Amino acid sequence: MRYAMAVDTKKCVGCSDCVVACQTENNVPIGYCRDWIVEVTDGTYPQLELEIRSERCNHCDNSPCVRCCPTGASHYSKGGTVLVTPDECIGCGACIASCPYDARFPHPDGHVDKCTFCLHNRVEKGLKPACVSVCPTKCMYFGDLDDPNSEVSVVLKKRKWKTLIPEAGTRPQHYFLI
Amino acid sequence: MREELIVSGRMNHLVDPNLHIWHWHIPLYLFLGGLAAGILFFASLYTILGKENEYRTAVKIAPFITPFILIIGLIALFLDLNHKLYFWRLYTTIRLESPMSWGAWTLMVVTPISFIWCALNIRELFPRWKWPHSLLDTAEAFFRKNIRTLSWILLIFSLILGVYTGILFSAFNARPLWNTSILGPLFLASGLSTGAAVIIFMSKSHRERMVFARIDLMLIGIEIFLIVHMFMGFLASTQVHIDAASLFLGGPYTTPFWLFVVTLGLIIPAVLEFLELRGFRVPHLIAPTLVIIGGLIFRFIIAYAGQESRWLY
Repeated sequence: MRYAMAVDTKKCVGCSDCVVACQTENNVPIGYCRDWIVEVTDGTYPQLELEIRSERCNHCDNSPCVRCCPTGASHYSKGGTVLVTPDECIGCGACIASCPYDARFPHPDGHVDKCTFCLHNRVEKGLKPACVSVCPTKCMYFGDLDDPNSEVSVVLKKRKWKTLIPEAGTRPQHYFLI
Repeated sequence: MREELIVSGRMNHLVDPNLHIWHWHIPLYLFLGGLAAGILFFASLYTILGKENEYRTAVKIAPFITPFILIIGLIALFLDLNHKLYFWRLYTTIRLESPMSWGAWTLMVVTPISFIWCALNIRELFPRWKWPHSLLDTAEAFFRKNIRTLSWILLIFSLILGVYTGILFSAFNARPLWNTSILGPLFLASGLSTGAAVIIFMSKSHRERMVFARIDLMLIGIEIFLIVHMFMGFLASTQVHIDAASLFLGGPYTTPFWLFVVTLGLIIPAVLEFLELRGFRVPHLIAPTLVIIGGLIFRFIIAYAGQESRWLY
């Protein structure tokens, strides 16, 4: 099993519903976020191009954060999701420095926090991650890449896509449809 | 023109707008760790070579400061942790992929040996020293009998400690400035150089000072060589590495790095040591002081600049 997420940059309007849904579902402390919106503007007026992306942890196949964690608190879980065990985390910050996407942050309680793909609280119960389920433009897809009929496999077969900084060698599992 | 904005207002503490997860603790610790590694390296080296009495300061006196600086370094590391009560988790596992893990274990080897080393030489400071319990006399006799083995262990682990201070940074592929394997030998050379500087600082023997001035001069040469190669490597690499190098080549760290680290911390002490070796009368405390301060500033600049360098996407 290999969980992955795809975001359609042609459909995303950057409403930040995913951000708020995540904060509510996962009880993210005020002032922090596990997912966020990036707007990229290319060119000069009037030749402008806009790309909007809903971003989060890329749950990389080759995660530098898991590699550099001195205690094993950062680990691979079901479906290749990258999780942090708060009781094993010493808050040294190595994983935060190791993430090229800056997807991790220090939780005010001391341990490191990040996107979990809502693995334990939603996905294992058969639900979609909070961000995916609330998206008003239905631009987000989640599922198992090993299952050729999952909606994420289907959409990645049909559409052109990219990942972020593939040259960093992390093999990210968060895809962007372009 | 290309503009990239995070519009949902991501402002995660210590991560945005620029990563700043590591403050003064880590560079201070890296400096102290390198310094202790340098002093202990020379102490064990000259013990193995059988020159304890020739280089008395290096082998018997200077190591007395290492337990203190290692403990200050460990305290700095502890203060850096955000989840302090769980620090013991470091010592419930060994993860060779994580430099922080094997570095923590290296400290667990080097710190006790630095205490043993001081205990073995305690009579240099207090000639009438007597252990309060006969068990400690037995322990002393044991370590004195096995001093060569102890020296070899210390020699190897002090080198690991010195390299580790650089590898800790270079293992982070996400920060292009750190992601160069040259940082390992560069921090080791710098640690050995600051160690030699402390020995020059503390030594009362002119001959010992001259020997360590020569060693320090050689180490400074190696450091300058490695720094030049580091920048050549960056400039021949990808755009993110060129951007990382430009932090020092016209960017905000240009003056502090080239003035305080390279000129005042390396070139001027090298010139002073060279003149001293040539027989000129130079106040002998200036060069080691500059080397020590330069080494400290170097760790701070690399730690702070590295967190500003990043991948583009």
